[in-house]
Amino acid sequence: MPAPSPVVELRDVSKVYPPTVKGGAEVVAIDGVSLTVDAGDVYGIIGYSGAGKSTLVRLINALERSTSGEILVNGQDIARLPERDLRPVRLGIGMIFQQFNLLGSRTVAANVGYPLEVARQPKDTRRARVAEMLDFVGLSDKARAYPDQLSGGQKQRVGIARALATQPGILLADEATSALDPETTHEVLDLLGRVNKEFGVTIVVITHEMDVIQTLATKVAVMDQGRVIEHGDVFDVFSNPQQPASARFVSTVVKGLPSAGELAVLRQRHPGRIVTLAFRDSSVDQARVFGEFAAAGVTFEVVYGGINEIQGRSFGHLTLALTSAGGDSTIDAVLDRVRTLTTVTEVR
Amino acid sequence: MDSLIDLMPEFWKAAGETLYIVGFTLFFGGLGGLLVGLGLYLTRAGSILANKPVFVVLNLFVNIVRPIPFIIFLAAAQPLARMVVGTGIGNNAIIFTISLAASFAMGRIVEQNLLTVTPGVIEAARSVGAGPLRIIFTVLLPEALGPLILGYTFIFVALVDMSAVAGYVGGGGLGNFALLYGYRQFNPVVTWAAVLLIIVLVQLVQFLGNWLARKAFRR
Repeated sequence: MPAPSPVVELRDVSKVYPPTVKGGAEVVAIDGVSLTVDAGDVYGIIGYSGAGKSTLVRLINALERSTSGEILVNGQDIARLPERDLRPVRLGIGMIFQQFNLLGSRTVAANVGYPLEVARQPKDTRRARVAEMLDFVGLSDKARAYPDQLSGGQKQRVGIARALATQPGILLADEATSALDPETTHEVLDLLGRVNKEFGVTIVVITHEMDVIQTLATKVAVMDQGRVIEHGDVFDVFSNPQQPASARFVSTVVKGLPSAGELAVLRQRHPGRIVTLAFRDSSVDQARVFGEFAAAGVTFEVVYGGINEIQGRSFGHLTLALTSAGGDSTIDAVLDRVRTLTTVTEVR
Repeated sequence: MDSLIDLMPEFWKAAGETLYIVGFTLFFGGLGGLLVGLGLYLTRAGSILANKPVFVVLNLFVNIVRPIPFIIFLAAAQPLARMVVGTGIGNNAIIFTISLAASFAMGRIVEQNLLTVTPGVIEAARSVGAGPLRIIFTVLLPEALGPLILGYTFIFVALVDMSAVAGYVGGGGLGNFALLYGYRQFNPVVTWAAVLLIIVLVQLVQFLGNWLARKAFRR
């Protein structure tokens, strides 16, 4: 396999806003971020709101200008490029938005054709390409409709058709599904998956939704306070987060460990011992673990947890309430044996 | 009543003059207002041509001109009218002065209408590589068309209002007619005839404006 070629490369990029009031502190939106997106990646950037995701993604097509660092798009450093030289760069990068941002004064077809007008394509080429894109997103029958007459999911599909009209190699998705209901979210995510697979478009998607990362992304970067605190394959980061902040973030979307509040409730309802077991992929055999409890005569009840699947591999945490006629010593003995199989955390 | 019938030729001449003044000022003032409004909108902080000095000066200018009562502005701007149109009196002088005043009033309205365009739409246009000029003509103006039409309808009424004092600098129109033949000759019927025609005119234009704006909104 040939080495993957980077399509977008950020090298120690920062974005600092001047103080809003005289004498105030400057705001560091992006703080020394380095990130490499390879061709064909679906790169998810996840983080709480205010972490700098939106700013970061806008640095890639220079809607926001960086304060320092290099931003390489297909090998070209665009960080210091003057505004008028950015047009060809932007034609190679499509973008879709949380609020769709369609032109209300134009029909669906004219919205999709807009980037082609900007690119000064002849009318015939434009018409053919618009028809092709509307067919791809399944909205050929809405060509003459106005955005106001469409549902949210349809609007986003028009947004995708528009973003891809100029056949860009990169698609930036800014919270593209956050304004949609769960079912529509899945339609749009499926469509984005097809964009990646059928057209080979590299996608950078920013989101706070686990769903998006789970169904779509191959790699993920976790952002916190303007920094990328962790990045890597989606499965690795979600199943085994290394940074406390990213673990905290992952735990808000992956039902794994009970929070302090939930724990207090569990404690009240279950007077016995409570332990949390970690399961990761096929390395831990759930059947064997539960077999150990059964063999020792320890009864257990799953009181909290969840198993998630990412890219065909599963992981998760299960919290059990244990009781045994043999008392604590029996439970301790069985926990020792289970510890050889997986990570056990006693919850007190 | 008899005197009104006698005055009919003057009445219709005055009506024609009002249309003449208002028509030209709507064109020149409207264009000026569009430029001032675009200037204010485009140069404000965070906009696509953000430029603080230009914005501050333009904003200050608008704020200085707008509160001046028109009849005083008319007198104050007379030397300027003489310089630009060659005369300080008559209909052409007042067309210049009303256009100037209307540019600043309309500029503020245009600015406010443009601010109703979602910033995200402009960002989307930028993201496909559209430059400022293209954004103005393909995004800003079409997206704000409905409110802009209503804004121009609104300013039309203000133009009729301003044109009424044309008589003070030797201009004509229905305002002059009402003052000259109605007020000064103690003939309220004549005054009311002028008022009635102005009401009809304004109603017609308002109706037209609403209809056009509805068409623009419905797209």
